[in-house]
Amino acid sequence: MSTGAIAEPISATRTRGWTIFGWFAFAFLIASQAIAIAISPPDRDMGDLQKIMYVHVPSAWMTMLAPLTVLVFSLKYLWSRREQDDLVAASAAEVAATFAGLTLALGMIWARPTWGIWWTWDARLTSMLVLFLILAGYLAVRAVVDDRDQRAQWSAAVGILGAINVPIVYMSVRWWRTLHQIQSSPSTVAPAYVIGLRLNAFAFLFVMIYFIRRRYDAALTLRAAEHASESAALKGGAA
Amino acid sequence: MPWRDEWRRARAIAWKDLTAERRSKAVFNSVIALAITILVLFGFALGPDAQALRDAAPGVIWLAALFAGVLAFNRSYQTEIEGGALDQLVLYPGGRRAIFAGKLMGNFVLVASTLAIVVALGVILFQVDLPAQWLALVAILFFGCVGLVTLGTLYAAMASRSRVREVLLPLLLFPMLVPVLIAAIQATKSLLGGDLMHDAGAWARLLAAYDVIFVAASFLAFDFVIEV
Amino acid sequence: MNGTADVSAIDATDVARRLGTSWVLRGITLRVAPGEVVGLLGANGTGKSTFLRIVATLVRPHAGSLRVCGHDVRTVPARAREAVGYLAHLPGLYDDLTVRENLHFAAAMLDRRRADAEAALVRVGLERAAEQRVRALSSGMQRRLAIARLVLRQPRVALLDEPYSNLDAAGIELMNSLVSEWTGDGVAALIVLHELAPAVGVLDRTVTIVDGRLAPNVHDHQRHAGAMLRVTG
Repeated sequence: MSTGAIAEPISATRTRGWTIFGWFAFAFLIASQAIAIAISPPDRDMGDLQKIMYVHVPSAWMTMLAPLTVLVFSLKYLWSRREQDDLVAASAAEVAATFAGLTLALGMIWARPTWGIWWTWDARLTSMLVLFLILAGYLAVRAVVDDRDQRAQWSAAVGILGAINVPIVYMSVRWWRTLHQIQSSPSTVAPAYVIGLRLNAFAFLFVMIYFIRRRYDAALTLRAAEHASESAALKGGAA
Repeated sequence: MPWRDEWRRARAIAWKDLTAERRSKAVFNSVIALAITILVLFGFALGPDAQALRDAAPGVIWLAALFAGVLAFNRSYQTEIEGGALDQLVLYPGGRRAIFAGKLMGNFVLVASTLAIVVALGVILFQVDLPAQWLALVAILFFGCVGLVTLGTLYAAMASRSRVREVLLPLLLFPMLVPVLIAAIQATKSLLGGDLMHDAGAWARLLAAYDVIFVAASFLAFDFVIEV
Repeated sequence: MNGTADVSAIDATDVARRLGTSWVLRGITLRVAPGEVVGLLGANGTGKSTFLRIVATLVRPHAGSLRVCGHDVRTVPARAREAVGYLAHLPGLYDDLTVRENLHFAAAMLDRRRADAEAALVRVGLERAAEQRVRALSSGMQRRLAIARLVLRQPRVALLDEPYSNLDAAGIELMNSLVSEWTGDGVAALIVLHELAPAVGVLDRTVTIVDGRLAPNVHDHQRHAGAMLRVTG
């Protein structure tokens, strides 16, 4: 019999292991932020506003990693038809959308004092916006489809195509913007900034992994509860 | 099933869609009406300044094609769903790819015709001078249309079966078509300006690569989308 | 029991399907032998049509197992699909095409020759209306066209959803004569019915679904002896 049920309960030791990882990730993040802020000199043009980069840039990098996760697990789902793979992909997409939103917000917060405007059609911000919309489309599909099989298959298709498109979007937007002269994003080349960026990149990676794992755990719990109530309804009398 | 059977089925589906459309003109009329409305409204919005109009022309033309396309893609599935014909279609033996290929060809003819009319009208309303390399322009339009129709046909297979089809299809389709939009508009602009930097060729290659990737991916994905 | 084949035409065990969080079908266990005609009765909304769609492989069962002519619908749905023919409640025709064009389209999709399509037209009595657009047909004639398409398909398992609705007396007779023909050829038929009257002559037995479950059988038309029906729930 198969309702595609997920029977595995959430194991306590696994949860404890991940909780420890979570503490580590956040501690690492705080430390990285502190170090980066402390050791980097103020930017010649931007002053201390430059320090927003330590959240904005790693957030952007993570947002590009997450679609890769969606791609891999969507493909895995279509191959294996295991619900777990579908739920990992969905969790990764949600976390990615959150990071994308964060990146955009920070970009706008940075742009306002620097150039006096909220938005610029800068290559990176524009690509991030498109990526955000692609993820929003994926999440919209999941929201409007009720049938679980259909939802998993449709979001897998949408997720795979969306993920494939991400590098193409970035490339085409960059070509588009380099044909015209516009201001560029904060320079990340200066060596004083590199250490801070690298540290925070890892910190954000750990935090993102932790978020995806926790979101996945929540999805598993929900799914197990659904499965339990559906099995009961199937055996019992009430519909 | 040998590919010849699949090709025959695809042709049958395309023929069926186009014949029905030729007789009722239901979709074509609404699509053209929408496209013309968009062109005219943009003409008003951008004002009588000839240069502003010329600069905006490629963008407006492609936007009109995009919105009109969305209408066409959803409608192409709608009649089947409402009458129960989609169930019967899915029950025929053979691969699903024939259905996708057939719908794709039918939609392409419809959208390409619309695009041709939109371009002609756009050239007139927006005072565009046709370039010497108009053949290159046609190629750009063709590649762009292929990308638009391929993804539109795929996503509409999902969106048209949802309650929120008018919102879902644009939300899914437009971000995916950003590279097509950028490439087509930039290449068109470049060609209209005499292609001094030889950009058009690079954009055309991007469009062609995009088409190859997404036609293949869409064919593979359609199985999973139509089956459920 | 028909001794023609060991393989049941339809072999359903505990088939169930959800809609959202509630079950519209539960514990449907049914065996239909080749050449058998089973009527599916029940009030509106009790899941009869859903069960038919599951057997037609249009939707998947959420629980239980189902074999059509021996093919498991979960693992080899395409095989199962090849064996069935589905006459849905909605005709599923193309309004702007003529009768003939609709059938020729079906023939192209089914790998049948045009001659077969013409023969099917004659069989259902539509040859004189062949050039009319479907839009202009009455619902009874549309159903005849859908029946012609079913004839063209030559299924091993015929799934009919309220086939007699919209049919006049001649149409009902046509439907019944077709079912009898099919039965003679070993084709099994599962017919969703609103009322018994039109189908009484062709049915072997009936099954009733109440609230998504099988109800104990009250009326048994035992045209062939020994048909077994297992009831759960």
